[in-house]
Amino acid sequence: MKMEGADLIHWIEEVNKQIKQHKSDLTKLDQAIGDGDHGINLVRGFEAVLEKLMPKQDQDLGAICQEIGMTLVTRVSGAAGPLYGTAFLKMAQVWKGKNAISWVELAQGIDAAAQGMKTRGRCKLGDKTLLDVWLPLADFLLQQGENASWEELEKLAFAKMEYTKTLEARRGRAAFLGSRSIGHLDPGAVSSYLIFRALAQVMKAKEME
Amino acid sequence: MVGIVLVSHSYELASGLKKMLEQIQPNVPIAVGAGDEEGEIGTSLHRIKEAIESVYSEDGVVVLFDLGSALFFTELAIEELGADKKVQIADAPLVEGAYMAVVQAGCNSPLEEVRQMAEQAKELVKIPVDE
Repeated sequence: MKMEGADLIHWIEEVNKQIKQHKSDLTKLDQAIGDGDHGINLVRGFEAVLEKLMPKQDQDLGAICQEIGMTLVTRVSGAAGPLYGTAFLKMAQVWKGKNAISWVELAQGIDAAAQGMKTRGRCKLGDKTLLDVWLPLADFLLQQGENASWEELEKLAFAKMEYTKTLEARRGRAAFLGSRSIGHLDPGAVSSYLIFRALAQVMKAKEME
Repeated sequence: MVGIVLVSHSYELASGLKKMLEQIQPNVPIAVGAGDEEGEIGTSLHRIKEAIESVYSEDGVVVLFDLGSALFFTELAIEELGADKKVQIADAPLVEGAYMAVVQAGCNSPLEEVRQMAEQAKELVKIPVDE
């Protein structure tokens, strides 16, 4: 597996597309247990990211991630901005100066992103947050190394998103709902699933070429 | 004198609070970092950063915030301003905490004391019971 700068940009384009398609689903989910702004905020953020990324496609992966992270942090209101922004800023540190990354380097970047969001959000596994997707995926990638597959990554992301239905929220507005949050998907876990699904789809399409 | 920054998802809320606090303690520098980039409901890194800079002095700044992600944005703003800057975030309810912080800052207390006073607002009894 070899992921290059162009793939990273395709990934973000696909994320933007999928987030847009699911904007009203995300909004409905977030109205149920959050502030109702998750879909709108993400669409706005990733649109802004694409505007910034377009002109300069020759940067290394670290520089691209730095740009994505800073844009998300400055343009997305709500918790998603600082959290996803931190994720990409952490990936930027790991992938600095690299023009292509392997499975192992991808795992290191995703793990750094998950740990960064864990620190920023002061949350842990099982709190019904986006970390319930990111942490298991980071572990999966670290364990699989070069044997990882996009198919399995996407499946695991879906399963982990679905699992958040069973959890009681301990962070954000949803935490005020206590056990009433059980039965609802966590909106952050859903957008995280879309992010990983977009990655898997873009990379699978590339490998088929 | 320690400066006070009010971070809120609502510009109107923080501005109203600022007006109230200025009446109580006109000599304390107070700034508002509230609303998203467009001034709508939300929080913005730029606005918070600018607010901190506008009241910053060697004595430092105490930031109070309303809910959830306002904390993340405040932390990011402080990280961007640099580790050498004396800025502390108070874990306190916004209205009561800001009130206590402003009074304490007005007494020329140091940064640490202003933050601690704001945090004591958590224990404030608002309806005293007769013994």
